[in-house]
Amino acid sequence: MEHFFLNIAHSLIVWLMGLGLSSKGADLVLLIVQWICIVAIVTINVIVLIWLERKVAGFMQQRLGPNRLGPAGMFQTIADAIKLLTKEDIIPSAADRIIFRTAPIFFIIIAVMLYVVLPMGDGMQIVDLNVGVFYFISVASLSTICLLMAGWGSNNKWSLLGAMRSVAQMISYEIPLAFSLLGVIMIAGSLSLSDIVAAQNNIWFIILQPVAFITFFIAATAELNRGPFDMPEAEQELTAGAYTEYTGMRWALFFLAEYTNLVAVSALASTMFLGGWHGPWLPSWIWIIIKTYLVMLIFMWMKWTFPRIRMDHLMSFSWKVLIPVTLANILVTGAGIQFLAGMGW
Amino acid sequence: MSLNDAVFFLLAVITAGSALGVITSRNIVYSALLLVVTFLGVAGLYFQMNAGFIGLVQILIYGGAISVLIIFAIMLVMDVEPHRTNPPSPRLPRRLGGIYLSILLVITMGAAIWFTHWPLAVGTTGADEMAVLADLMLGKYVVAFEIAAVLLLVAIVGAIILAKGADDK
Amino acid sequence: MLGDYATIGIFLLLTILFPLAALGLAWVVRPKPLPDEEKLTTYECGVDTQGRTWVRFRVNYFLYALVFLAFDIETIFLFPWAVRFKALGLFAFVEMLVFIAILLTGLWYAWKEGALEWY
Repeated sequence: MEHFFLNIAHSLIVWLMGLGLSSKGADLVLLIVQWICIVAIVTINVIVLIWLERKVAGFMQQRLGPNRLGPAGMFQTIADAIKLLTKEDIIPSAADRIIFRTAPIFFIIIAVMLYVVLPMGDGMQIVDLNVGVFYFISVASLSTICLLMAGWGSNNKWSLLGAMRSVAQMISYEIPLAFSLLGVIMIAGSLSLSDIVAAQNNIWFIILQPVAFITFFIAATAELNRGPFDMPEAEQELTAGAYTEYTGMRWALFFLAEYTNLVAVSALASTMFLGGWHGPWLPSWIWIIIKTYLVMLIFMWMKWTFPRIRMDHLMSFSWKVLIPVTLANILVTGAGIQFLAGMGW
Repeated sequence: MSLNDAVFFLLAVITAGSALGVITSRNIVYSALLLVVTFLGVAGLYFQMNAGFIGLVQILIYGGAISVLIIFAIMLVMDVEPHRTNPPSPRLPRRLGGIYLSILLVITMGAAIWFTHWPLAVGTTGADEMAVLADLMLGKYVVAFEIAAVLLLVAIVGAIILAKGADDK
Repeated sequence: MLGDYATIGIFLLLTILFPLAALGLAWVVRPKPLPDEEKLTTYECGVDTQGRTWVRFRVNYFLYALVFLAFDIETIFLFPWAVRFKALGLFAFVEMLVFIAILLTGLWYAWKEGALEWY
């Protein structure tokens, strides 16, 4: 079971080479297969996740959640997806058509590109980049531009205000997000995600870096624009923030990208802090799924437990609390490593 | 033409084409967004040269931070209809001056590139580029490294003073 | 074997297909009624939208972006340092302390001047 997917990939390569393909050609075909798998995982996972999110929300608020279509309302999201697919496409006449149309396309591309470096099991990684963590942070930082495009292109006051707010929030929380990963990188001594997983063979980094995990988690919640930091799309005051004017499939792409980002960040959290695919008895790729879903459940728990934070509190929390705390964490980690090195460890 | 050349020309066309769009677009928001494409094209060129870390720095700093700064700056001063925010200069002497300067620049740069004897890099980059970078940064070039921090400090303080002055009026 | 960045590049080219395919599929199946003037107006709470959307924003946003840029640049210095931290030893640690201290002065100044206040 452990090498199930690796064996499939290996036999595919052998089969393709047997057909007379060069090694590069076989790699290319394998990459296309991997891409199809990732897109399928992303799409199906979102359908499950939305159902799960609604069920969790229902459970927390002592109501049932979706329960009509299929067992425990499982097919509700599929019905929603079909509905979104068959919706009429509305582009407001005041909108800037080019920017309005391209914003969701870029947003989902950026979200899917994050999966290239994530290890999904022992040896199951599309590219083991030597700067993997940095790749994740850099590529994720581009999504701010897409939100600005959506907000500006809609030519709607709600949209533009929501976009400006969410970008101000996202750039403020990007710094503590990067800083809280530094403690882990200092201990592991590498930016490659597979090296970081290997470094957690004996002890998970959440035990060595508890403060970093908490700050990472808070900053990631804000980066994802999820509750209690969902100020940018606070539905009671900004309708739907940057997505106000979007309908049908374009809106669905934004929604898909948000959940895709949620899965990617949860997978990153489990890779950096929760030992990645390490775990007893079960195959490695099942462990990463379990850990990722666990982190996502905590995200949902947070969202449905805490009330929304006021915008000024939210901004000052990042600059005046999180950044000093993460910097102090880096210094304490550094001093600790130097001290242990001095002791002869 | 090898595949490598084809990728280079594709990236070069994207980079140069979007840079051309930045100056010809009448709408400054389009200019700013095309500038992001230029930044990403340059990052792609870095990736092609196997300078992964530099390429990612290009994406993080230029694509994710400077572009946001530029768009916020546009939002700060935007006061006319968007399609009139980036007009070409109405006066003929100015236009001619601009054309003259750009031709001069192209000739100078071209001559510099053409007549310089470029040494070909030998050896491999890759696996431990970060390590080499860190060793140089904190070893040989440590003074420059600390001065970079001072420069950033000056940038923050200067911008705050300027913005505060603008705010008081 | 394909190079790391070549693989990412091919993956990017493939990924562009994904939203295009989704939008194309939606274009095939969705109804396309004649455009309706009322439906294409800008969304507002039941009334017509007043004035321009593309107005000036406060200087605050710009200040946040600027302080963010300075710290983002600090991040790219910190990453190589963190990777080599164990090998570089105590002196590099002190050098980085000085670097962080200088930037913290900037943060303190921005804090003192109220550039981090949201209003």
